[in-house]
Amino acid sequence: MRHTRIYRAVGICWVVLTLAALVYATRLALVVAPTEATMGNVQRIFYYHVPTSMLSLLFPYVNFVASVFYLGWRRRDPLRAMAADAVAISAAEVTVVFSSLSLLTGMLWGRAAWGIWWTWDARLTSMLLLWLLYVSYLMLRKLSATGQTQTLAAVLSVFAAIDVPIVFMSIRWWRTQHPAPVFFGGQDSGIDPSMMPAFGWNVLGWAMWGVFLLAFRYALERRRQEREQEAALKSIEGSLEIAQ
Amino acid sequence: MSRVMSELRNDLRGLRRYFGHVWCHLRKDLRLEWRSRDSVVGMLFFALLVVIIFSLAFDPTAAVSREIAGGILWVALLFASFTALNQSWTREQRNRVLDAQRMSPAPASALFLGKALANLIFVALIEVVLSPLFIVFYNLHALGEGWMLAIVMPLGTWALVCNGTFFAAMSLRTRNRELLLPLIMVPISIPALLGMMQATTAILTGESDPAIWIRLLVAYNIAFTTVCLLLFETVLSAE
Repeated sequence: MRHTRIYRAVGICWVVLTLAALVYATRLALVVAPTEATMGNVQRIFYYHVPTSMLSLLFPYVNFVASVFYLGWRRRDPLRAMAADAVAISAAEVTVVFSSLSLLTGMLWGRAAWGIWWTWDARLTSMLLLWLLYVSYLMLRKLSATGQTQTLAAVLSVFAAIDVPIVFMSIRWWRTQHPAPVFFGGQDSGIDPSMMPAFGWNVLGWAMWGVFLLAFRYALERRRQEREQEAALKSIEGSLEIAQ
Repeated sequence: MSRVMSELRNDLRGLRRYFGHVWCHLRKDLRLEWRSRDSVVGMLFFALLVVIIFSLAFDPTAAVSREIAGGILWVALLFASFTALNQSWTREQRNRVLDAQRMSPAPASALFLGKALANLIFVALIEVVLSPLFIVFYNLHALGEGWMLAIVMPLGTWALVCNGTFFAAMSLRTRNRELLLPLIMVPISIPALLGMMQATTAILTGESDPAIWIRLLVAYNIAFTTVCLLLFETVLSAE
């Protein structure tokens, strides 16, 4: 009981800090950061598009690692395995949220900068496929029979992890309108130092928000698991009573 | 030296036993299909319908059909294979055969490999029958090197069938089996689908080199065949 109270206090502090970071980041992005030379104010969506895209590439790793742990612990340590599975489903849902945000902000930006909502360019297609993979993961979890959902989902996550590099390669060969990577993309890449704080704070703020979503969803899933176990236990007890 | 040789002999014996199991499963599936001919006939007619509907929808000229035929052929085969893949595991559920398979000491991956090979043979049969019809309906003749289709077709078919058999086994005990299989199989298979469609189009139009796509298909097949073999046991006994 004591632990719950500590977790709740940490959670509330985290939410407050996240909101503060996001408010500050929004001010930096929309007011403080200089207007970009060619695109004007339209470029400001960069501060949302790039951080959400970065994070949507990060959470799949969490999902994959948790799934591998689930498969490893499944027989040996079922209780830990359930915790790993709760992390896996939370990470998958957060991935879908961030990649949806990335696709939506990208479409808005594309419409303003290129004049089109969508093009089958390498990066756009890869992100769409990543989104499709994780939506299919959630569909599997929704449709599969109880009792084997976790194992099947973990297996699908391993498949998705192997698929992602192949997807990136194949799409690159297929299409190569999206600008070259802004960071680490050679000599002329990078942004003006005056834009850096706005970008950095947005990455931090959205990352904190993502971690919050992950933790909140995890706690929710754990409660659901506990309730399920209690119900199972009760039904076993009930059947024993009848037998006597 | 003699120890190494005897170990090698043991390994060979183990391998032979493994492929004995695979052959046993394969023969069983072929015999079952031979007696009913359900999935092959169903698949063939379904693929034919898809080809005809696309032909009606686009009404292509010879030049256009070269551009789109590769895509249509694989879409038709993909849709058709869903029908057969689901059936191939439903057979095992009758009389609770699947539970017996689970308890048998034979390696689970042998069951998977046998069934995947059987499905490969079924889909290959469809291709053999469908290709002439395809050429007739779409007035096709390849401008590139047509013999390369002999490499692309088996590689593409295996990519569809290997993952398809695996995912069909995954969706076997779910509420909406027919719905779930395409939902999980298509997103994973997109790089392979892209590879086979691009390679086929490259061969038919002769405008680009299909080699890179063939390499992609080879890499995809190696990676996913390995994972399927390794994880099948987990899926079979998932409960």
